[in-house]
Amino acid sequence: MNSTLKRVSVACLLMFGLLMANVTYIGTVKADGLRSDSRNVRGFYARYAIDRGWITADNGKTTLAKTVDTGDKTYRFEREYPLGKPFTHVVGWFAPESASGIEAAMNRYLDGSHPDLVVRRAIDMVSGKPAKGASVDLTLNSKAQEIAYKDLAGTGKRGAVVALEPKTGKILTMVSVPSYDPNPLAQVNKAKVNAAYNKLDKDDNKPLLDRAIDLTFAPGSTFKTVTSAAFLSDDTSRDENTQVDAPDSLPLPGTSISLPNYHGESCGGRATLVQALTISCNTPFAIMGMDVGYDKLKEQAEKFGVGQPLEIPLNVAASNIGPDEGKAALAKTAIGQQSNQMTPLQMAMVAAGIANQGTVMKPYLVNKIMGPDGAEIDGTDPEELDEAVTPEVAGELTKMMIGVIENGTGGAARLPGITVAGKTGTAETLPGKPSHAWFISFAPVEDPKVAVAVFVESGSAGNDATGGAVAAPIAHDVMQAVLGR
Amino acid sequence: MTAKRRGAQLGMLAFAVLIVMGAYAGVGLGINGKVPSGMLGYGLGLGGLMLAAYLVLAKWAPWADPLLLPLVTLVNGIGLVMIYRIELSGQAGASATNQLMWTALGVVMFSATLIVLKDHRTLQRLTYTAGFVGVVLMAIPALLPGSLSEVQGAKIWIRIGGFSIQPGEFAKLALVVFFAGYLVAKRDVLALAGRRLLFIDLPRARDLGPVLITWGFAIATLVLEKDLGTSLLLFGAFIAMLYIATQRTSWVLIGILLFVGGAFLAGQVFSHVEARFNVWLHAEDPALYDAGGGSYQLMQGMFAMGSGGILGTGLGQGHPRLIPLSFSDFIFTAAGEELGLTGLMAILMVYALIVERGLRTSLAARDPFTKLLAGGLSFILAWQIFIIVGGVTRLIPLTGLVTPFMSAGGSALLANWMLIALLVRMSDAARRPPPQAIQDEGLTQVMQR
Repeated sequence: MNSTLKRVSVACLLMFGLLMANVTYIGTVKADGLRSDSRNVRGFYARYAIDRGWITADNGKTTLAKTVDTGDKTYRFEREYPLGKPFTHVVGWFAPESASGIEAAMNRYLDGSHPDLVVRRAIDMVSGKPAKGASVDLTLNSKAQEIAYKDLAGTGKRGAVVALEPKTGKILTMVSVPSYDPNPLAQVNKAKVNAAYNKLDKDDNKPLLDRAIDLTFAPGSTFKTVTSAAFLSDDTSRDENTQVDAPDSLPLPGTSISLPNYHGESCGGRATLVQALTISCNTPFAIMGMDVGYDKLKEQAEKFGVGQPLEIPLNVAASNIGPDEGKAALAKTAIGQQSNQMTPLQMAMVAAGIANQGTVMKPYLVNKIMGPDGAEIDGTDPEELDEAVTPEVAGELTKMMIGVIENGTGGAARLPGITVAGKTGTAETLPGKPSHAWFISFAPVEDPKVAVAVFVESGSAGNDATGGAVAAPIAHDVMQAVLGR
Repeated sequence: MTAKRRGAQLGMLAFAVLIVMGAYAGVGLGINGKVPSGMLGYGLGLGGLMLAAYLVLAKWAPWADPLLLPLVTLVNGIGLVMIYRIELSGQAGASATNQLMWTALGVVMFSATLIVLKDHRTLQRLTYTAGFVGVVLMAIPALLPGSLSEVQGAKIWIRIGGFSIQPGEFAKLALVVFFAGYLVAKRDVLALAGRRLLFIDLPRARDLGPVLITWGFAIATLVLEKDLGTSLLLFGAFIAMLYIATQRTSWVLIGILLFVGGAFLAGQVFSHVEARFNVWLHAEDPALYDAGGGSYQLMQGMFAMGSGGILGTGLGQGHPRLIPLSFSDFIFTAAGEELGLTGLMAILMVYALIVERGLRTSLAARDPFTKLLAGGLSFILAWQIFIIVGGVTRLIPLTGLVTPFMSAGGSALLANWMLIALLVRMSDAARRPPPQAIQDEGLTQVMQR
């Protein structure tokens, strides 16, 4: 019987071989697919097993997102956002099955899965402690952020405020209105989270969108700074006192219509660049735009960052001056109309670039990353994005923008004892629809610490939105908050 | 010349208990961050139990294979730890205390079998008694009303009061004894060649009787008790033993054809067999996943093993609660989540070693009955592991069977400890030096086959 016994032994060996091969296949090849299967709730539980890193501002002094140890076995660590609405779009939220904002963009640091944290994670694993993530400190100035939110929400309109530190590109303020409380989206109950999310998603005011970076809008007269930059850079003999044609009405080539000045005001036929910007004449900038041509205007805009892919680390919608549609269209593009579409962040970068002697810094939100033990493991080094204009041209543009504050449409942004440079904008949208109100500015001119773009969206309650009346006061408060006055 | 290797056995036993203690501490650390308070008592309990088993073995079966007891202690212990861990996760039905009690009773049965059964060949005389007992045990649940015998669709229990017995597990032992005794008596006849077809000698038609009866019995189990697992287990063991006894490959082919054909026909008539097949083939299909009696449990087991990956989450860090019946049929997958592929390979390796020790005993045995009984018991153990582990890992369709020594359940533990006692008894006989010849004529004729 031994011969058949041996064969049966081989059969047994084969059976164990098959079982071992199969568990190996499951544990290696199939493991990832099984782990990430949406029906496998372990991934969902795992989200709450990690002592997620905090999100802070003001060099760690202000807590924007924190992790609370509930002691619960299944959902041990829950997320809370103590300051709520003003920070929602930047900080985002950590929901059962998704995340947004910094919570999503910096997830691998926050949950400790980033390769930089691998040693730390191994130590936690061996010692049996719950995995602890790294904390992310943001560049935000929480005081300015809260003031910007309060002011903008106070207008009852939709809009966005972005403030940058011109020399580094640090984002000091980034607010979008309407906002919402992120805490209901960070519950562990999926049904409640879905209900809260769907309600926000269906809201006609689209609170889920971050108007500072997700959407683009016609920049209106604030774009005249870019047109001026192209015009001044095109010929070095020009400066802020160069005289340009400023007719009351400009017939647009190839069409039967004419471009008027705002509210039909007169700019006296000829004006210096300073005068033209100060009272925001349309016709001289339309002429300048047609003079430099589409390509040079586009190139100038790109040097300020338009069309460049940006990750701050949130994704930023691409701004665009629109396609080349002929001279008449170009005239309108030059004054921020036609297909010219900018994000509020982009317009803040224009102001910051002029403030920083022509050099545009890459905007960023993450100041530094601190390991679970509190030691800094990474920080963002300021990076140049491009040189938009020469320091000379930047100086000339600054003088023009000072005129806007001191003698023109931007008086509401004046700060006592501080020289402010700025530009208003009131962009027409569709005929008969209310305008977008814009304001960009920076201060102090001598040593710029803050550059701001304020945007108030059309179609919001009321029709009286002009850049000078609605947007400039908000910029005033934000600059004041950043400058600490 | 074989040695007793008793010191090695004691060392291995201590090692097995130590591993189990480590795992027990690991569960406490993983869940509460501290070593469980009952650790010492638990360790002394298990250690004492196994020491007792060892002493019985040393006294009544001193030449027994030194590895069997430590290996079984290890899987039994890991099963205990997993059940303790699953109980802590809050899954209803898991009770480590009960399992520990059953383990103690299992060791008592092991010892009793060794003490009472001085010579396993007495079983040969009880061939037909064993066959009768086996059939009766199998038949009781089928004849009892559903309220006393049916749990979750399988009619394989005897439930009296709060107590439940799975007679099939004991029937398994009785029937293997019967098969061994019967086949030893009839193997010469059954091995007679009939007609030759292609390369295979077919048996004579008149010798098909026993196979057909066993087959009918297996199909009856399948139909009346809705228990595909036990049906497959017993019929497979019978065919394997028939093959060992007669050396005829044709029996294996006839057996496979009969069973597959029977199961196929049964599948046409009874939906549960076909449902099992569908679940196996299309487990990931969302419709089957959500359907009642669908692939939910199977997929939860797969998710657990996938999440465990190569190293596992560590004891106490997984979510065995998510797998229905994770303490019984699906305990292997629960172990897969926390111990990972590494742990599963180790468990399979220990099982394979137990089977290997059994088969080695069979090869070394001196008489046909012992060979057949040891071979049959070893094969049925391997076959059971293949059916249940293959089922929960989706290698083959899932048929509910107990994972030997690991799953919660008293009947199976007792029966399997008795199975090991039989193997120990036979290995003692096989390894015991034969009486020295009175005349020293050299070393010839010492062994006889």
